[in-house]
Amino acid sequence: MALLELKNLTKRFGDVLAVSDFTLSVEQGEFVSLLGPSGCGKTTTLQMIAGFETPTSGAIILNGRNLEDVPARKRGLGIVFQSYALFPHMTVEQNVGFGLEMRGVAPAERAGRVRKVLELVHLDGLANRYPRAMSGGQRQRVAVARALVIEPDLLLLDEPLSNLDAKLREEMQLELRRIQQEAGVTTVLVTHDQSEAMALSDRIAVMQAGELMQVGSPFEIYERPRSSFVSTFLGKTNTLAARLEQVTPEGSLLVCNGVTLKGPPANFLPGPVEVSLRPERVELTDADNAVVSGTVSERVFLGNQWLSKVNTPIGELLMTRRNRGSDEPKPGDTVHLAWSAEHLSILAADRSRLT
Amino acid sequence: MNRQSAAKPWLLSAPALTLFLALLLTPLVMTFVLSFNSFNFYGGIKNTHDFGNYLDVLSDSFFYEIFARTFLIALATTVVCVILGVPEAYIMFRMKPFWRSTLFLVILGPLLISVVVRTLGWQILLGNKGLINSGLMNIGLISRPFRMMYSSPGVVIAMTHVMIPFMILAVWASLQRQDPATEQAAESLGAGPLTVFFRVVLPQVIPGILSGSLLVFSMSASAFATPAIIGGRRLKVASTTVYDEFMGTLNWPLGAAIAVILLVSVLIIMLAWNRLMERRYSGAFG
Repeated sequence: MALLELKNLTKRFGDVLAVSDFTLSVEQGEFVSLLGPSGCGKTTTLQMIAGFETPTSGAIILNGRNLEDVPARKRGLGIVFQSYALFPHMTVEQNVGFGLEMRGVAPAERAGRVRKVLELVHLDGLANRYPRAMSGGQRQRVAVARALVIEPDLLLLDEPLSNLDAKLREEMQLELRRIQQEAGVTTVLVTHDQSEAMALSDRIAVMQAGELMQVGSPFEIYERPRSSFVSTFLGKTNTLAARLEQVTPEGSLLVCNGVTLKGPPANFLPGPVEVSLRPERVELTDADNAVVSGTVSERVFLGNQWLSKVNTPIGELLMTRRNRGSDEPKPGDTVHLAWSAEHLSILAADRSRLT
Repeated sequence: MNRQSAAKPWLLSAPALTLFLALLLTPLVMTFVLSFNSFNFYGGIKNTHDFGNYLDVLSDSFFYEIFARTFLIALATTVVCVILGVPEAYIMFRMKPFWRSTLFLVILGPLLISVVVRTLGWQILLGNKGLINSGLMNIGLISRPFRMMYSSPGVVIAMTHVMIPFMILAVWASLQRQDPATEQAAESLGAGPLTVFFRVVLPQVIPGILSGSLLVFSMSASAFATPAIIGGRRLKVASTTVYDEFMGTLNWPLGAAIAVILLVSVLIIMLAWNRLMERRYSGAFG
């Protein structure tokens, strides 16, 4: 049985449907991310799990118990807020110990458990600091420690890394993953940052406009997006409008701007579709093996890779190539591009969820 | 920076500075000088310079009583303002915008009405035959009227009404500075509404309570109209005594000395309070 089950969860604010018919189950020990742009309903979903918002309909079941009538303070969840929400008038030790104090844990035991969890987040020795005197990364760790010390069934992380600078964010991603696995706590993360979701999660639930678009492992979602929204939201991609002409068990034939392309087998009837092609799958080749040829219009150097824009008969294509220390085609150069048929993803054209 | 632009800020603030110097500092300095002059009933004010008036005030238990009453009333007003104002500010903070602005109007209302009119209104309520006493007697709760007019509690009640907006606004400002997620955090850790208020909200609005208290205390200690009307002629406080010395006995130097003592002692109390609280909370608030 799943640890957390969200069943047909719906939240309406007046006329606005913030979350619509959201169903998801989270297994014991799993790390699941709710990923989507701002306003997609991911935070509202988290607030409903936490008990700060009441669902309009649907059920939240934790450990087989319906949380409908359980107030936030009795749900026993650990929550890390976007702003960390540390108590500014309390020391680290008092902050972390607050949850235990509320549970009536005796001071001696409390001190021991606080010390242990501060060791887990590598903050030993800072127990008597005030949050004001700490860096963003340290505050983040205090917030995590405060949420973990009560040994919650479920840890909720609300955009926990969005207030950190880029370098620290990467460090904390690894750190969060380590802490989560050492503590073995089931975790739901809310984020708009696809790289964060991919780095941390076992599974990602992509949301758009209150609806669940796709659930799966990061690799699955990146490689086999089921809609153009998911493919563009996770990483860069080239999205092309095309017409599916022919489908066979071996592959398919597509026509895009008059150019015929080979594609993978697809579960669609012939007709208008969208095709997604990842920039890193586009290769340079010679004129004989080219799928399309075009002219480089822009080129950006990103350190570890080159990002180029190529004007081709099927449209503008983004191409990324690893920096191997050799020179790359310059703007104005004619290039020949190729990719294998299975690297095209064929998506429904109407941009809505597949049924 | 060239000379012209260095002079610009001074030039721009010159009108305000002039007004400040002319209308506040000059009378203050003149009052200070006046307090060292002497007075008798036949010769009027003599241009002497000694500490006679201060010695008179400081050696007379009559004045000690007046100052003690002044500060007790101010202290009581401040305490009542904290007890009523802090929860009120918090409750308003949690209200829906419509009710919040309605209540704001109610709370700021007293400031829109002339202090004399408002205080006379309190007189109607608090008098021995006023609304409160006759109401209580009519339903048989009391047999004799409570004496509220011409008493310190009456002054405190009326003064709280005037002063509480300042407390609420000060607390409001610090409520807005606090991270609303801290309340949710406490709740998620198992704290009930009262614990959230006393352990999380209250400590965070202490700076607001402190500045509100300073405001309310200093304004109550120097308030004139309310103690003059509710307190009457016999329940003297420092400011009404100053008034009586100036306008009644015409002993301006003595009145000036009392005014200076009031000013200095309020200043000392405020600075000491500020220092004490800064030391107490410097760990958590910067």
